[in-house]
Amino acid sequence: MKNPAHPYSSNAQKSAFPYLFGLFFLLALVDSWRRVGVDLFILFERQGRDNLTKFVTGMFPPEHSAQFLSLMIRPTLETIQISVMGTLIAIAIGFPIGILATRNFSVGGILNEADTTGAPTRFALRLAIYYCARGALSLFRSIPEFVWAFMFVRAVGLGPFPGVLAIGVAYGGMLGKVYSEIFEAVNPRPLEAIQSTGANKLQIFFYGWLPQVLPNFVSYTLYRWECAVRTSAILGLVGAGGLGQQIEISMRMFNFNEILTILIILFLMVAAVDYLSARVREIL
Amino acid sequence: MEQYRLEQVVKIFGRRQIALGGIDLAVRRGEKVALIGPSGAGKTTLFRLLNLTLRPSSGKLWIDGHEVVNLHGKKLREARRKIGTVYQQHNLVPRLKVIHNVLCGRLGEWSTARSLLSLARPGEVEAAYQALKQVGIAEKMFSRTDELSGGQQQRVAISRVLLQAPEVILADEPVSSVDPTLASSIVRLLTEISQNTRKTLLVNLHSVDLALEFFPRIVGMKNGTTMFDLAPDKVTDDLLEDLYSGHLPQIERDEITDEEPGPPILQ
Repeated sequence: MKNPAHPYSSNAQKSAFPYLFGLFFLLALVDSWRRVGVDLFILFERQGRDNLTKFVTGMFPPEHSAQFLSLMIRPTLETIQISVMGTLIAIAIGFPIGILATRNFSVGGILNEADTTGAPTRFALRLAIYYCARGALSLFRSIPEFVWAFMFVRAVGLGPFPGVLAIGVAYGGMLGKVYSEIFEAVNPRPLEAIQSTGANKLQIFFYGWLPQVLPNFVSYTLYRWECAVRTSAILGLVGAGGLGQQIEISMRMFNFNEILTILIILFLMVAAVDYLSARVREIL
Repeated sequence: MEQYRLEQVVKIFGRRQIALGGIDLAVRRGEKVALIGPSGAGKTTLFRLLNLTLRPSSGKLWIDGHEVVNLHGKKLREARRKIGTVYQQHNLVPRLKVIHNVLCGRLGEWSTARSLLSLARPGEVEAAYQALKQVGIAEKMFSRTDELSGGQQQRVAISRVLLQAPEVILADEPVSSVDPTLASSIVRLLTEISQNTRKTLLVNLHSVDLALEFFPRIVGMKNGTTMFDLAPDKVTDDLLEDLYSGHLPQIERDEITDEEPGPPILQ
């Protein structure tokens, strides 16, 4: 709007919703504080303090013998492999379902071409597909990766593969949801203009649609890959291979200095992925 | 030879939002026509029917003597290729380089494979350069489109139409987002292109002055119908007052978001 002469005139009817929501949020906060038992002082009481000190001092110096480090090479590579494969499966799940879960695509057609006026059954069918896709994505991501891994370990046995599947499914749900939001934001006007030159659907896709979604698509996917590196470590705890499994072994042996080494390796890996994705975003 | 013939063309959005209520219009080849009228008169909807983005709800539409209402697939794309459109908001792809936006004009001619290849290594660079030179921004050829000003982007959009080399140019409010001096030069550019290449030109204009200055035929539209269809010297102040009556005066009218009946429907 070029000249907002009456900036508030459009919200003339004030809604009570923001106030109600604020009140609800405040009550929830107070209630959570009381029930979860947030008590920061416990950290400084005798027993807590002792355990904490034992853990932290036990970590230093980090284990750096050549033998231990060379032992860590394989699990480190495995962690990277799990995160890469898991993310690829997540894209393969998230992209198609994400398209179906984009309202204006699944109800209006991928380039808004579906004309459902006067065809209520077709409209209902498309709406049903949309809700099914959304439901599937919610299901995939509402079950924690940890639980997925637990189930897949039962199904396919110990090792990296259940970790890959767990990340693939859980992250597929997250990617699909964010993809659908990215797709929702595509401006249809340039697509209409390209169509009016006589272009076919594929040409419209590559010239109008892809350039609009690509930057967000790539940057969010890379961010998820970064998360997958971390998650693959946690999944190791239930026997899904990688560095996580090493953490678990060291925990059991109370070798806290080994844990610190593994955490440093994890940190370096996450930092490396972050650097890589920053470079890719620059190019785009 | 007739470029366009419309008989009782009606467009209804959704159940009962009547955007066009029975338009009759004939445009000869090479003719220059300006459409004027208040926001919401149905001008943009009419243009989207004329460039075959929308189908009429009822009525008949001929282009070049061919009925086009029921075209599909390849035939429809071929018909669209002969109609170039300049849009109010340029409708360029912001993240693409200028040259690719200009080359979009060739997509109707190119195969899918060729268009993909062109994204990696632009084809017909010389033609794109000439088109950009004609509108005076050849040096921006390899800039990213969203780095250009509004007026420059509108020139890129005109270059796209030049590369498309259509028989008809439709310009939907081409100058409502640029300043007045630039507006006049863009309208002049469009009429010159039409003059030099004998292309039919239809323009929607907010500015009555520009319409009267540059066009030999003025069509006034209001509430989805044509009010008058006259030479500029026959368009009296009374007619104009009647056309815009019941609507807000010029300055405030700009505030209203332009007529946008529903989402763009691509077929």
